[in-house]
Amino acid sequence: MRLKRSAYFVIAFLVFIVVAIFSVSAGAVEMPLRKILDVFTGKGDDPSKTIILTLRLPRAIEAAVVGMGLSVVGAFFQGLLRNPMADPYVLGISSGAALGATIAIVLGFGIFGLNAMAFITSLITVFFVYSISKIGARISMTTMLLAGIAVSAFMSAVISLMMLLNRSELSRIIFWTMGGFNLTSWEDVMFSVPVIAIGSFVLYTFSRDVNAILTGEEVAEHLGVNTELVKKVVLALGSLVTATAVSVGGVIGFVGLIVPHISRLIVGPDNRVLVPFSAIAGATFLLFADVVARVILKPVEVPIGIITAAFGGPFFLYLLIKNRRKGEGM
Amino acid sequence: MNILKVDRLRFSYGEVEVLKGIDLSIERNMVLGIIGANGSGKTTFLKNISGYLTPVSGTVSVLGKNIRDYSIKERARYIGYVPQDGVYDFEFTCYDIVMMGRMPYIKRFQSETKQDRDIVKECMKATNTWHFKERSIRHLSGGERQRVYIARALAQRPKILLMDEPVSHLDIRYQIEILSLVRDLASEGLLVIVVLHDINLASEFCDEILIMKEGQMVACGSPAKVLTRDNIMSAFSVDARIIESPVSKKPYVIPYLSIR
Repeated sequence: MRLKRSAYFVIAFLVFIVVAIFSVSAGAVEMPLRKILDVFTGKGDDPSKTIILTLRLPRAIEAAVVGMGLSVVGAFFQGLLRNPMADPYVLGISSGAALGATIAIVLGFGIFGLNAMAFITSLITVFFVYSISKIGARISMTTMLLAGIAVSAFMSAVISLMMLLNRSELSRIIFWTMGGFNLTSWEDVMFSVPVIAIGSFVLYTFSRDVNAILTGEEVAEHLGVNTELVKKVVLALGSLVTATAVSVGGVIGFVGLIVPHISRLIVGPDNRVLVPFSAIAGATFLLFADVVARVILKPVEVPIGIITAAFGGPFFLYLLIKNRRKGEGM
Repeated sequence: MNILKVDRLRFSYGEVEVLKGIDLSIERNMVLGIIGANGSGKTTFLKNISGYLTPVSGTVSVLGKNIRDYSIKERARYIGYVPQDGVYDFEFTCYDIVMMGRMPYIKRFQSETKQDRDIVKECMKATNTWHFKERSIRHLSGGERQRVYIARALAQRPKILLMDEPVSHLDIRYQIEILSLVRDLASEGLLVIVVLHDINLASEFCDEILIMKEGQMVACGSPAKVLTRDNIMSAFSVDARIIESPVSKKPYVIPYLSIR
């Protein structure tokens, strides 16, 4: 059992390395492995250096870290809400961010203002949903889910209206909402990677508590878990990680939903194993999706959200059918 | 010293007062059964004892200290709780579930020690669950699952074990099996407080019985003392004949006519 688990980790990590190399190598200009090695050992020519160091590398790092963060948060939210449909966007983060981005685009903000706006509105939205769900000292997870859906629906309506009224910006808004890393710079990486990485790690230290909560909130409290504190910390950190991810990558759907599920089918429900595995799997998956988004209609870039759904959906269905007998559980 | 002392305990859900001043004092390890009609406050009483719910007034003391003065983690070292059998839609193995019982003793950045593993093994052997430790909790029968949850509560090494209707969904064989186990545990040094629906099972397996009605205590004492026609009538609004069980010489209640 233990050996089998570590074998899965080794395989997942090797796949990640391969995809990472592929991601730096593929694109409008092919970069063979030897050229990549040359650049990293300081021998490469200038065009190669530019392509790899200022275009591909930040982009690859960002895609991997965003994929990791969304998957970790998805695993935690599914456990905390005890709902297999939960994903990082369940509290309205995505619609909050999309609304902020839409407003920024309509007002003609630059890329930095756009990201900042998306970040701020997504956190405001989460805070609003959270305060509605607070009953006395306790947070009702069911109310939270429903409030998230209601707030998302309302915001989507506002976004649609703004799109109708600002048709000239329609394609920019749609492109941003479907996500992508084509504009990622080192500045984005410097800001987002520490937040997502540290946030994910601190979340990981709550794995055991969320395991207990998965078997019931009351049960967990009787096992010595301060459930209200755990809920607050996980919701706050999860929201911070998600808002950061969305502000740099846009609303990339499906990653935070299916990567934890696929990982659960492979390594089981124990969050202490599931979370690190989801982290590697999510990073790999989004790196892969980013490569596909770049090359599938070369030289046109496809929004990455289309790729994650188009590849993730059928793959997930395949796993569900294959594991139909045990696939229903968390 | 009292293992458990409950003093004028009152509790309300919003406007509705569910517990209306309960006093209870227990000095020795035993099996205490709680019976009463639906909505009489049995489960609420258990959750006040466990510290999960905070009383409106009155106190619950465990080993001479107010339960509110323990941290959540400390509480879990003194009190184990076995919930009603419900829906389990996760794939944890039985071993994983029982290991959760060691959480009150494991710090956030620690992993489980050999001692934790030994205790888990011992508790699983005591509840006869060790042989299916690698099986998923979902693929067990109701009786097996209940034993796993008892093992988890035991792994907490509690002084008091609270059980909320642990046998209501089980067939008669498992009912007797679980309650025999509970009685063995009590005789080895544990106070067990168990909510039961079946009065005759309570009579058979409990040292003392507490009868509740509308948030108050009707009677508390040995089965022979409290299982009277008047008390049954008062608590359940049902008339009953009380005979002596030919097997155990304990009271045996035969309800026969609803008053209302």
